[in-house]
Amino acid sequence: MDPSPDQKLDMYRLMLLARRLDERAWVLHRQGKIAFHISGIGHEAAQVGAAFAIRRGSDWVTPYYRDLALMLALGMTPAEFLMGLMGKRDEPNSGGRQMPSHWSLRRANAVSHSAPVATQSVHAAGIGLAIKLRGDDKVVLTTIGEGSTSQGEWYEAVNWAAVHRLPVIFIVQNNQYAISVRAEKQMAVQSAADKACGLGLPGIMVDGTDVFAVHRAVKDAVDNARAGNGATVIETRMYRITPHSSDDDDRTYRSREEVEENKRRDPLLLARARLQEEGLLSESQYDEMDTQIKASIEEAVKQAEAAPYPAGEEALHPVYAEEVRHA
Amino acid sequence: MAKITMREAISQALWEEMERDPKVFILGEEVGLWGGTYAVTKGFFDHFGAERVRDTPIAEAAIVGAAIGAALTGLRPVAELMTINFAFSAMDHIVNEAAKLHYMFAGQMVLPMVIRAVGGGGRQLGATHSQTPDAVFAHFPGLKVVAPGTPADAKGLLKAAIRSNDPVLFIEHATLYQTRGEVPDGELIVPIGKSKIQRLGRDVTLVTYSKMLEVSMKAAEQLAAEGIEVEIVDLRSLRPLDMDPVLESLKKTNRAVIVEEGWKSYGVGAEIASRIYEEAFDFVDAPIKRVAQAEVPLPYNRTLEQMALPNAADVVKAVKEVL
Repeated sequence: MDPSPDQKLDMYRLMLLARRLDERAWVLHRQGKIAFHISGIGHEAAQVGAAFAIRRGSDWVTPYYRDLALMLALGMTPAEFLMGLMGKRDEPNSGGRQMPSHWSLRRANAVSHSAPVATQSVHAAGIGLAIKLRGDDKVVLTTIGEGSTSQGEWYEAVNWAAVHRLPVIFIVQNNQYAISVRAEKQMAVQSAADKACGLGLPGIMVDGTDVFAVHRAVKDAVDNARAGNGATVIETRMYRITPHSSDDDDRTYRSREEVEENKRRDPLLLARARLQEEGLLSESQYDEMDTQIKASIEEAVKQAEAAPYPAGEEALHPVYAEEVRHA
Repeated sequence: MAKITMREAISQALWEEMERDPKVFILGEEVGLWGGTYAVTKGFFDHFGAERVRDTPIAEAAIVGAAIGAALTGLRPVAELMTINFAFSAMDHIVNEAAKLHYMFAGQMVLPMVIRAVGGGGRQLGATHSQTPDAVFAHFPGLKVVAPGTPADAKGLLKAAIRSNDPVLFIEHATLYQTRGEVPDGELIVPIGKSKIQRLGRDVTLVTYSKMLEVSMKAAEQLAAEGIEVEIVDLRSLRPLDMDPVLESLKKTNRAVIVEEGWKSYGVGAEIASRIYEEAFDFVDAPIKRVAQAEVPLPYNRTLEQMALPNAADVVKAVKEVL
C-alpha cells in the first residue's frame, strides 16, 4: 500500500530534519564543540523509505553509522542525537560511552555495531533466528554500506539468513565510496544485489534517492519476511555528498565537479519536487517547514549543550550486568 | 553423589538448563545430528529438536555474532565453538561486541550468552588446534572466563554461566572429558568468580586451574611422599578473578608456584604473581615460580608435544626451588 499524503509529508519532514541536523553537526564540529561527526547527507531517502516500511518500535533494527535519518524515523529526537555527539550523560545510545552515530535506541529495538564493519549483519541474522525460535511476528532491518559487503561476515550473515529463511532485510546503502575507494574496487558485480543470487535469496536494486521507490521495495521484502518467506538483499544507490567523516578530506580523491554533478540527484530535491507535483507541498509550505525545523534544531542544540556530562566515576560501570568484583 | 565424567557433567548441565528454560538453545558446528565434536550434545537433537540444537554453517564469526543477536532479544544461546583455536575467527564478536555491548549501551541491554570452547593440548592436534589462550580472553573486561578442572565444577559453573546475564566464555579442556569425579545429585550451581582450595597443605601454595589442576594434584602426591605438603588453589574463573583464597593460603605458606598450561609470557601466572606482590609482598619468603608451556607453537609429534607441555615433574621441581 502506498503511503497516504500525510505519511508522505511526514517522510519528507524527517528527511529535511535529518539533513538540517546533519548540517548543524558539521558546524558544531567546525566550532570545536564536538569531537567527531559521520554524515548521512544524501542517504535520507533510502533510510526514511526503509523505516516507514517496518513496524517501528516493534521490529528490530541493526543500523550502521550513516543512519541518522533512520534513527530519527525510529523516534530518536534531535536533542538525543546532539547529546550523543557531545557525549552527554543522558544520551540514549550509551550515556557517553560509545562513539557518535554508533546507534542504540532501546525503545526502538535498535542495536549498535562495533568499529570493524559488518558486525551488525550477523547480529541481525541472530535476531532473525531468535524471532523464528520465539514465534514472534517481527522482522529485522539491517543496513550497511557497500564497502562493508566485502567483509566475510556480511556473506556469513546473508548465507545464514538464506539457509534458514530468516526474517531479515539486508539494506545496502551504496553511496559509491568506502571512504576513498570506489565501489568498483569493492566488487566486480554491478550491484550488491547481484551478490544475493549466489547465496540463494532475492536481490533487488532500487534507486536510493527516491524515498517512495525505496519504501515500496522494502515494504515488499518486509511482507515477504513476515509471511515466512525469508530474507531479501536490497541495494539502494545514492551518492555520498559529504566527506566520509569529520576526519576526512574528500578533495584528495574526487573532483568538486563530480560532487556538484551528483548533487543534482539530491534525494531531498527529488522528494520535494514530487510532493510539489502532487500538490502536497507548496513553496510557502516548504519554507514554513524548513523554518520550523531549523528553529527546533536550535532549541535542541541549546538543550543538549545545557545537559550534564557524566560524572567521571560513571566510566567504571556497567561493565557487567551482574555485581562483579572484576579488577 | 555419582561418579561421572566431565563430558557427562557438561552434558547434564546443558540438558537440565534446556529442560528448565525454553529460552536456552544451542548453536554451533556439528552440534545437532552428529552430537558435537566431543559428543557433548549427543542425543540433544532427537530430544530438543533441530530448532533448539541448531547446526550452523561453518562460520565462527556468525556463530558468535548470531548468539549475540539472539541474546539481545532475551534468549539464552549457548554457542559451541569446535575449538577455542577457532575463536580467533570470531574474535571481533567476542571482544568488540560481547565484551562491550552492555557497557557501550550504558547497561540498556544484557547479553545472557555462553560460548563453549574446547582448549588445551595433549592430543597431538598440532599448533593451531591445541592452544591455551585463556589469558587472552581474560584480558577483556566485560567477559567472564571460566575453565573448570573437575566434573562437579564443570556442571555447576556451566549452569551458572547459562543463568548469567553476562557473556561467559566457558573453556573445556580437550583431555579432561574422560576424567571422572564425584558430582552431587540434584541442583548444582557453582558461582562464577570463586576460587577453591582443592587440597590443604602448609608448605607451598600452588595456584592453578583446568587441566593443570590434575597435573598439580599428581605432583602434590609425589611431594607428599617426600613430606612436602602443598596447598592447591583452583582458580576456576579467570575473570572475575577471586584472589582471596590465594592470598589467605600464601599468608600461611609464604611461598607460591603458579601452574598454567598456556605460555608464561603475559599469562595467568604473571597476573597472579603480580597480584600477590601487590597485595601481600610482606608475606612472600621466596621468589614466586611459574610453570608453563614452552614458548613454542605446540608440535604434533607426541614426544615433542609432551616435551613442550608442563607436567608433574616440572611442578615438583618448581616447588622444591621455592622451598
